[in-house]
Amino acid sequence: MTPLLELDDIHVHLGGRKRWFQPDIPPVKAVGGVTLTVAAGEILGLVGESGCGKTTLGRTVLGLQRETRGSIRLRGKTVSGARPRDARKLRRAIQYVHQDPGAALDPWWSIGHSLEEGLVITGHGERSRRREIIEQALAAVGLDPTAQRRYPHEFSGGQLRRIGLARILMLDPDIVILDEPTSGLDMSVQATVLNLLLEIRARRDLTYLFISHDLSVVRRLCDRVAVMYLGRIVELAPAASLFERALHPYAQALLAAAPRLEPGESRTIAIRGEPPSAARLPAGCLFAGRCPYAEPACRTEEQVLQAVAPGHEVACRRWREIAAGAPPTAAAA
Amino acid sequence: MTAPPVLDVADLRVSIRGDEGIAKILDHISFRLERGRILGIVGESGCGKSTLIKSVLGILSSGARIERGEIRFEGENLLAMGDKRLNREIRGSRIGFIPQDPYLALNPVFTVGAQLLEIMRWHAPKSVRNHREHLIALLRRVQLPDPEAALDRYPHQFSGGQRQRLVIAGALACAPTLIVADEPTTALDVTTQGQILVLLRELVEEFGLSMLFVTHDLGVVAELCDDLCVIYAGQSVETGPTVQVLREPAHPYTRALLACHPDRSEHFTGIPGLVPSPLKAPPGCRFAPRCTSARPACPERPPHYVAAGQGHAVDCILHEGSGA
Amino acid sequence: MLILKKFAQDKSAVIGFAIVVAVVFIAVFGPWLAPYPQDATMSHLTRRLRPPSWAFPFGTDNLGRDILSRVILGARGALKVSLLVVGASMAIGVPLGLAAGYSRGWLSEAIMRVTDVFLALPQLILALALAQLMGPSLESAMIALVATYWPFFTRIVYAETRRLRASLFVDALEGLGASPTRIVFLHILPNAASPIIVRATIGLGFTILVAATLGFLGMGATPPDPDWGLAISQSRTFLPGAWWYATFPGLAILVTVLGFNLLGDGLRDIMDPRLRRSR
Repeated sequence: MTPLLELDDIHVHLGGRKRWFQPDIPPVKAVGGVTLTVAAGEILGLVGESGCGKTTLGRTVLGLQRETRGSIRLRGKTVSGARPRDARKLRRAIQYVHQDPGAALDPWWSIGHSLEEGLVITGHGERSRRREIIEQALAAVGLDPTAQRRYPHEFSGGQLRRIGLARILMLDPDIVILDEPTSGLDMSVQATVLNLLLEIRARRDLTYLFISHDLSVVRRLCDRVAVMYLGRIVELAPAASLFERALHPYAQALLAAAPRLEPGESRTIAIRGEPPSAARLPAGCLFAGRCPYAEPACRTEEQVLQAVAPGHEVACRRWREIAAGAPPTAAAA
Repeated sequence: MTAPPVLDVADLRVSIRGDEGIAKILDHISFRLERGRILGIVGESGCGKSTLIKSVLGILSSGARIERGEIRFEGENLLAMGDKRLNREIRGSRIGFIPQDPYLALNPVFTVGAQLLEIMRWHAPKSVRNHREHLIALLRRVQLPDPEAALDRYPHQFSGGQRQRLVIAGALACAPTLIVADEPTTALDVTTQGQILVLLRELVEEFGLSMLFVTHDLGVVAELCDDLCVIYAGQSVETGPTVQVLREPAHPYTRALLACHPDRSEHFTGIPGLVPSPLKAPPGCRFAPRCTSARPACPERPPHYVAAGQGHAVDCILHEGSGA
Repeated sequence: MLILKKFAQDKSAVIGFAIVVAVVFIAVFGPWLAPYPQDATMSHLTRRLRPPSWAFPFGTDNLGRDILSRVILGARGALKVSLLVVGASMAIGVPLGLAAGYSRGWLSEAIMRVTDVFLALPQLILALALAQLMGPSLESAMIALVATYWPFFTRIVYAETRRLRASLFVDALEGLGASPTRIVFLHILPNAASPIIVRATIGLGFTILVAATLGFLGMGATPPDPDWGLAISQSRTFLPGAWWYATFPGLAILVTVLGFNLLGDGLRDIMDPRLRRSR
């Protein structure tokens, strides 16, 4: 069976331009070679810290950002290489929910008007039919039809997430990219939003690409998780095995740093320093500069994902030794 | 008698006059911060955390009024103290403040060194002779790379984590006994947050500080705080040692909140209902309308604490018979 | 409604609004309001330079015409000039600003550089040059005003479009596959409307002032038009004796310009989508 979505060696360079009489501005390599498949019906988590390229990757999959290199296939059909506008037409089955759905609505337009617009753009039938679809979508996310008359600023954060979800559910997508769907929400509201996401997925047979930095949520929600660092995937594994036994030193550090509700386990690995700028990437393994296990060879050899177990891939040349309990090297200063 | 707690807030009630009437933002807030400990103040957005911080620092806006209660800092009631004395002796000197967004705390047009040294000129203790050297030593202690050069740089030249380290060093420079931290890691990445939390823990032990750590993140509290105080809609509903409260939450709100955390919950249920408006809050427990074990008396019962174990207190009718 | 309520609380905006309504009313119904409507063209050499009296509340001018009537009749001309100038400036400036703001690369650069060139033109000197070329007339003055005023609209619309283009809701619309036409005209333009309206309102007052200046310099309206600027210009030789001759047309300019400015400032404050409520 062909996977629902296949990404093959996707590179995305942002900005950068030639200038007259001045040095050129080099592009930022936001995504540097991501290969990934997404199976129908799964929830794939995309985690990493700010600037790791997870949002850029999501926007590239959606088609808002054009890939510099690489190909994207949807149900086996190539949908990459087109201009952003055409790309969106080819990828109608993919939809995106913004991190801040309130700001994703035109402040001068009522909710009903904004929701209807999505249907108009995609050419959905007559007015009465559109009304019906909108009411169904609002009901599906637990809002009553009177919400249509109101304006974005009259809703709370949790309600706006529901509206954002309703907006794309009407378009009947197969894949939904959720960009930080719970950031900025209170814990009690977050739980209801997550619950809604799971419920809708079950009802509509959706596939989620779940972009998040909240590891507690990812752990509970996702089937598989890809850990990104500076535009590359450093580890890709089923959620259960990743949280039980992460192999890449960065993934380990990320998991160790995430606050957990159950105290007791002390932090074993705390990485030092901060990631280098994506505009000036080092040679070799991008994490080598902060890695407690780095060897001189790590700074020259570029790392690619290699399978370590069925469905578990890691981009580290020393994973075997690290898994076997190798001590940190002195190289990390 | 043992030494008084570093900070003792008793039955604080603060109201703010707005366009739509008088809002009781805080109603019955009580907690104690003992010397050398870190107390986490936990609550969801709109629960009154920032009003509480402003009350402790004495920087409430003009529309706000403290209706009742005491805030005792090392035995002295801050509310009875004049603004002049607060400025000269307390704020910025004996109480240090770490804000949520370090970028807003630093003036973008002056160098970091100029700003921090200016603060020290006002508030540093007399025992510190060479301000510059002292500051550099502190910057080195908070693990800011290249501290000497850092003094001549501007705030935007630092990353978020580094700016937070700068602000922490600035707060420490005046040798405070109490640090008030307002969600200092919310804007940071997970690994940076981890580094800052470790640093704060070390600094509290090393400098003999006490810390009031305000946050919405229970995970951070679990990692960092010795004690915690849960606030709901302007009422402190439960206080106690972190481990005990997280293990055996006594108040229905604390239980519901913990059940929402992805680490705990089986099904994501959330808490049904909405936070009541502080404009027309019931005199009793404000959680009662959403509480599954509420009794008819709950909205009327005046708030007060009941002991629920060693150092563990809860404000709930369900525990009235058992603890007292 | 919340917007009206907020507006009603802003005293200076209400005053501005009242002045503007009054000026428009006078401009529309001038010929019926003026006590001596025929004084637009007719002169009465027997009653030259009379001071204000019950018969002639603003006095008469050097040709014996009733100044009150001429001030009232002048409102229409002043308003017509300013509406035409601001309208034409918007018609040129707004589409260019939208195009420059929404597109990227050479088109945007080209539009903005041309705008900068026009922005650098000194208004009065251009008007004088055009008057030399085409002969002094209201038309040449208006062309000069439009040529120097449209870049303001381009710049404002450009900045707003740039800001809105980067906003999340435009991003979301692109994600839904909306066409640029839809995004620009249904979303960006309405969201950019408030600074445009504010600028236009203030521009109306400003244009009245400049048109009066050009009239004063003899580069605009030509006698015997009842023009406020022209009246002040003609009154110079009779000052200070006939103080009323310059004072009342001058006050008309002052009050009208003030009215538009107050209204513009007031509009700026109420153009907030948060004031939109469902009920």
